[in-house]
Amino acid sequence: MTNNTKWQVLTALLLLGFAGAFLALWSQQSTSANTGKTAPARGLSSANALAETGVTTVSAADTDAAAAQAAFERAYPVFVSPRCQNCHPSGDAPLQGDDSHVHAQNVKRGTDGHGVYGMRCQTCHQDANLPGANMPPGNPKWGLPPPQMKMVFVGRTSGELCRQLKDPKLNGGRSLAQILTHVAADDLVGWGWNPGDGRTLPPLNRPDFVAAMQEWVNDGAACPN
Amino acid sequence: MISFTVNGKAVSVADPPSTPLLWVIRDSLKLTGTKYGCGMALCGACTVHIDGEAVRSCVAPVSRAEGKKITTIEGISPDLTHPLQQAWIEIDVPQCGYCQSGQIMSAAVLLAENPAPTDTDIDEAMSGNICRCGTYPRIRQAIHRAAEIKARGAK
Ligand code: FES
Ligand code: FES
Repeated sequence: MTNNTKWQVLTALLLLGFAGAFLALWSQQSTSANTGKTAPARGLSSANALAETGVTTVSAADTDAAAAQAAFERAYPVFVSPRCQNCHPSGDAPLQGDDSHVHAQNVKRGTDGHGVYGMRCQTCHQDANLPGANMPPGNPKWGLPPPQMKMVFVGRTSGELCRQLKDPKLNGGRSLAQILTHVAADDLVGWGWNPGDGRTLPPLNRPDFVAAMQEWVNDGAACPN
Repeated sequence: MISFTVNGKAVSVADPPSTPLLWVIRDSLKLTGTKYGCGMALCGACTVHIDGEAVRSCVAPVSRAEGKKITTIEGISPDLTHPLQQAWIEIDVPQCGYCQSGQIMSAAVLLAENPAPTDTDIDEAMSGNICRCGTYPRIRQAIHRAAEIKARGAK
């Protein structure tokens, strides 16, 4: 399979997955209505409400913590590869290069993640990579996470990063489904696999990375300890 | 044709869209105040403004300028009255001068956004502009001076 076909197949699988989840939920709700049971007014999660109907949405496979942890461990090296972690630094300066050194020229995160004054990302970075080694890479969204949502990858263990990714207070308010869409479809995430001349690629290709993340979510999204 | 304005004047150029804006400014439009230092966004000598934001024209394809307002060092004031120009002359900042149009274009964005910059603000705003002659202390002094001139003028 060419990369392109692989990608199309994965996207289709992902979409099917979403459709399946939606249908499953929808049919649960019909079941609940048919049995005349109403959801409790407060306090119980929808899973508990559904459990009352005698139907459970969560199969044994859905909560296979060991499998989820293993899947996340497979995806983790991508997050901390230079192409991904260089723009998820622990400080307020982006990093550069395969050795993740601090960006030359004293570049700063700024109030919106796009730099300060005449030192904004777009001062040098264009909408696309420029040809040639050591030329500025580019993407329309080129930038760091903003200071109020830093999404640090650098220095995080797999467990720490996993818990951070799952926490809507630390992940930009995303659900697990939104995280999957983000890693599968976001254009700036995709830059990691199209980094321009002279930059190494992440250790997994994108379809394998997305598949690992999908498996992590499907298996209940447990985090490594 | 790619159309934009340079220093308030409408221009259309026939250069291929991927041509660096710097080549268009210097070779097609004959505005040679903007300098070529590295061609890789490393030195800042080629800094111009696109809609008021500093851009390294050596790496910006001219297609990025389409429909935009470009300002070069020639357009920063018609008569050397920009506070930065006054301060630069008063303090006699340049040595060889090669980096200076880029320095002034970066400093202009700083002053537009921050009328009273601290030394730290200056460091953060100006670190992408290299001066081979090492005029950094005078650049810092002149930016502080320009802020004063601008504040006085605003009263
Ligand atoms: S010539 Fe453009 S940054 Fe050096
Ligand atoms: S004055 Fe000579 S390079 Fe700056």
